[in-house]
Amino acid sequence: MNPIIVLGSGLAGYTVVRELRKLNRDIPITLVTRDNGDYYSKPMLSNAFAQNKDAVGLVLTKAADMAKQLDIRLLVETDVHAIHRDSKRLDTTSGMLEYDKLVLALGADPIRIPLQGDAADEVLSVNDLADYAKLRVALGAAKSIAIMGGGLIGCEFANDLATAGYTVSVIDPGAYPLASLMPEKAGRQLLEPLSRIGVTWRFGTSVQCVNKATSGYALTLADGSAMQADIVLSAVGLRPRTQLARDAGITVNRGIVVDERLCTSDTSIHALGDCAEIEGKVLPFVLPIMHAGRALARVLNGEDTKVVFPAMPVVVKTPAHPVAVSPVARDAVGVWQELASGRGVKMEFIDALNKLSGFVLTGEYAGERNEMAKRLAV
Amino acid sequence: MKVWQCVVCGFIYDEKAGMPEEGIKPGTAWADIPENWACPDCGVAKADFEMVEV
Repeated sequence: MNPIIVLGSGLAGYTVVRELRKLNRDIPITLVTRDNGDYYSKPMLSNAFAQNKDAVGLVLTKAADMAKQLDIRLLVETDVHAIHRDSKRLDTTSGMLEYDKLVLALGADPIRIPLQGDAADEVLSVNDLADYAKLRVALGAAKSIAIMGGGLIGCEFANDLATAGYTVSVIDPGAYPLASLMPEKAGRQLLEPLSRIGVTWRFGTSVQCVNKATSGYALTLADGSAMQADIVLSAVGLRPRTQLARDAGITVNRGIVVDERLCTSDTSIHALGDCAEIEGKVLPFVLPIMHAGRALARVLNGEDTKVVFPAMPVVVKTPAHPVAVSPVARDAVGVWQELASGRGVKMEFIDALNKLSGFVLTGEYAGERNEMAKRLAV
Repeated sequence: MKVWQCVVCGFIYDEKAGMPEEGIKPGTAWADIPENWACPDCGVAKADFEMVEV
């Protein structure tokens, strides 16, 4: 019997394998990854520095141990050229592989904004453990860092590196932090607490040009101002990896389109995690991946099941001002209402049907996450 | 007393220390933590924790 082949060794790929092994010890599984296959916690990449963890320290389980524990064939540092759907084969740098079912857990690429200047390609982004290792090396000789993007990852890095003593600037064309996740009143709560630990905010502008300077880089912003930094880090968002699926003729929209069974337009091929789009949504967060991984494991084990997403609050790891948010779609109809404010805010989103459909808790209210999530589930 | 680690986000639970801020007393064994408890950092359920050291 041909194996189930899983492409990707991130949280999505390893979670679906781990969950499938809880249900079925016999089914052959091959995991193919372009990385080295070590298992690490991706959410820790943006808050590991202050914990004094380097890239090696972030590895929770080595690749060989993962293969043994999960009883899988593991092909590392392997790229996939193409999916041949009619013959159910994968053309890879480790040879031709036949599959019974294929799982795409390909992840996402960091979005790169086009920049001018002779150091534009020296701008870092951190999307995997190898990127983090590069950042650690750069941080060794640096004192200051400019972060492009004031979203979740940008804010987490800003908090982590400011705590570690770096001079941090965050540059974002929007009006306030975490703008894609929450209303302005809530996002603004981060301004003062992060300023206090040494973060300089630059909203309403963006980096246009990065040039080498005698030491570090000279940045020119869209508003004409200049800035100097030893490191420039881009954290402006992720784009699902869809090319492999698109080339194979699988339906792709913003992500690889899947139904409630995590099934693509080809019934032998599934997708989950940052590369997938379910019910029009790409959900690049931990909890949706865990739920999708569990549901897909049951589907692969032959059960008739559908993924059900409960309330899934997102935690923003900014200890200077902690945040938990259950975001609503950008085009959601309804109003944000303030329930309390003190050292932070507590807000809820009431939709057009007068139902609670999202919330944000910041600062002293962040600890009420579980209670709010329960109310949301009702 | 054992130490447990969340396989998703690296969160550490030390039985000796407990989590007083979450209402879990020092010395609470992992087995005695309610099944509906979730990791305070990433929200992952108790079932997804893995023991890292004794």
